[in-house]
Amino acid sequence: MDTRTTKSRLGLKDRYAAMTRGLGWQTTYQPMDKVFPYDRYEGIKIHDWDKWEDPFRLTMDAYWKYQGEKEKKLYAVIDAFQQNNGFLGITDARYVNALKVFIDGVTPLEYNAHRGFAHVGRHFTGAGTRVACQMQSIDELRHYQTETHSISTYNKFFSGMHHANHWHDRVWYLSVPKSFFEDAMTAGPFEFLTAISYSFEYLLTNLLFVPFMSGAAYNGDMSTVTFGFSAQSDESRHMTLGIESIKFMLEQDPGNVPIVQRWMDKWFWRAYRVLTLVSMMMDYMLPKRVMSWKEAWEIYAEQNGGALFRDLARYGIREPKGWRDACEGKNHISHQTWNVFYGYSGATALHTWVPKDDEMAWLSAKYPESFDRLYRPRLEYYRERQRQGRRFYNKTLPMLCTTCQIPMIFTEPGDPTKICYRESDYLGDKYHFCSDHCKEIFDHEPEKYVQSWLPVHQIYQGNCFPPGTDPTRPGFDPMAAVLDYYALEDGRDNLDFEGSEDQKNFATWRGLSQRN
Amino acid sequence: MSNNVFIAFQSTDESRPVIEAIMADNPGAVAVESPGMVKIDSPDRLTIRRDSIEERTGTRFDLQQIHLNLITLSGYIDEDDDQFTLSWRS
Repeated sequence: MDTRTTKSRLGLKDRYAAMTRGLGWQTTYQPMDKVFPYDRYEGIKIHDWDKWEDPFRLTMDAYWKYQGEKEKKLYAVIDAFQQNNGFLGITDARYVNALKVFIDGVTPLEYNAHRGFAHVGRHFTGAGTRVACQMQSIDELRHYQTETHSISTYNKFFSGMHHANHWHDRVWYLSVPKSFFEDAMTAGPFEFLTAISYSFEYLLTNLLFVPFMSGAAYNGDMSTVTFGFSAQSDESRHMTLGIESIKFMLEQDPGNVPIVQRWMDKWFWRAYRVLTLVSMMMDYMLPKRVMSWKEAWEIYAEQNGGALFRDLARYGIREPKGWRDACEGKNHISHQTWNVFYGYSGATALHTWVPKDDEMAWLSAKYPESFDRLYRPRLEYYRERQRQGRRFYNKTLPMLCTTCQIPMIFTEPGDPTKICYRESDYLGDKYHFCSDHCKEIFDHEPEKYVQSWLPVHQIYQGNCFPPGTDPTRPGFDPMAAVLDYYALEDGRDNLDFEGSEDQKNFATWRGLSQRN
Repeated sequence: MSNNVFIAFQSTDESRPVIEAIMADNPGAVAVESPGMVKIDSPDRLTIRRDSIEERTGTRFDLQQIHLNLITLSGYIDEDDDQFTLSWRS
């Protein structure tokens, strides 16, 4: 018997139209503006929501089918990895510190992305846009869960991962990604899409998920590379949503162009600053390195972003304002950031170290313009102090940029020997910034950014001690009280890798796995 | 100046016929291998053809199956049941 059923199906374009068109209706009991109160106040004008096209044309039935298959593949790998103590096969226990940044800094963002897309997926008037946002919301929840499951095997054996969500809401460097996302979630729905779907997903997540995950493969971490690439396959849909949302806004009304341009300027810079953490992971935290931050920037930002900006020029869009400064920063930011983490290792949920000789040689080859001249001498100085038993720990608190919340560590464009400081006055108070671009973001919406929860200010105001702490008692140690409040275990979660429990345990376990 | 588009896949057995089909159908495409992945760059456009994959596997292939091994891509997408194309329009 012939069973030919495939040809009777609708084609892809028709299936997509059937799933996303004619789903909405004009409300009658309440005015449309009351049912969808958020998608007009930002000033974006939409004349025809049906012009929205999801280029992948993924319908819900196909979505569930392929996501289900991806999950089965991923969990088979996670199970095998956990069952066979796969973590013993990684290059070096220092590698695990990159996973600590990931689970403490990035994974909670996935959850916030889930919330953000659920919110905007309710509030756009167009049904096609709502479907795309709802799928992404489910993807993001999946990423939060799969990352937590994949990394949980490491949490059984290593420090620095046991309070990821608690830390995300409190610890100083984690306020950088946290405040970035909360800034986006408290914007209107179109600005949220520009921030997350376009600036973060399209322009920049490749830098995190592609070369870093390839790095995980290179360092023997099968579990992380599998969740990373599984998540990134969803990201390619998200990136497509990002580029589609920009094109849609630009094509709907010429009045949208300057609004979108301002958001692109703002969110490119905000997202770039968050990725500073990734630059350090790639150049300093992967024992076996795939490519430098600088090379990754050239491939995924300069070439790919450049092609996009040339294309968007037909709408009157130019490259984001901070673009040139970001491209100049490729020679510097990983080194400047590692330096801060090294110095403040007393208050981090990860270990730091001075790179070994072969690693410095690699950095020097990858960064001929900057490493030997500017950054190697400082690392060698640290190494010498460590040899003398005087490992440098910075005990003072840094000034933070009010916008990106990163300590003021970045240098002037054109002069990498001079720290960049900017400031603004608002209602009688002074605010500090790491760059022209962070200052400009503040100056445009000061009433928003004066509400920033800046970790250093909060510590000085006494808001980061456990309840009942008396800072006036004799011998009060503010640093110890802050670590208590953070739930960071002093001497275990923090400090140098050399001499850490992670280092000792890994050496012992690896030894046990190779001898009888 | 030509604008590259790219697409990257996990280096798995399922990806192999897809990568082979892309390399055969897109003169000018360059495959770069990194640990765990293959990235293909192509000047201006890149097309994946269903029949070209099916010739290699000998079995029916739904182009949306590429989602299972896809890592990332760039450019605008045009997809129907028979082909999947990435391009820059300008």
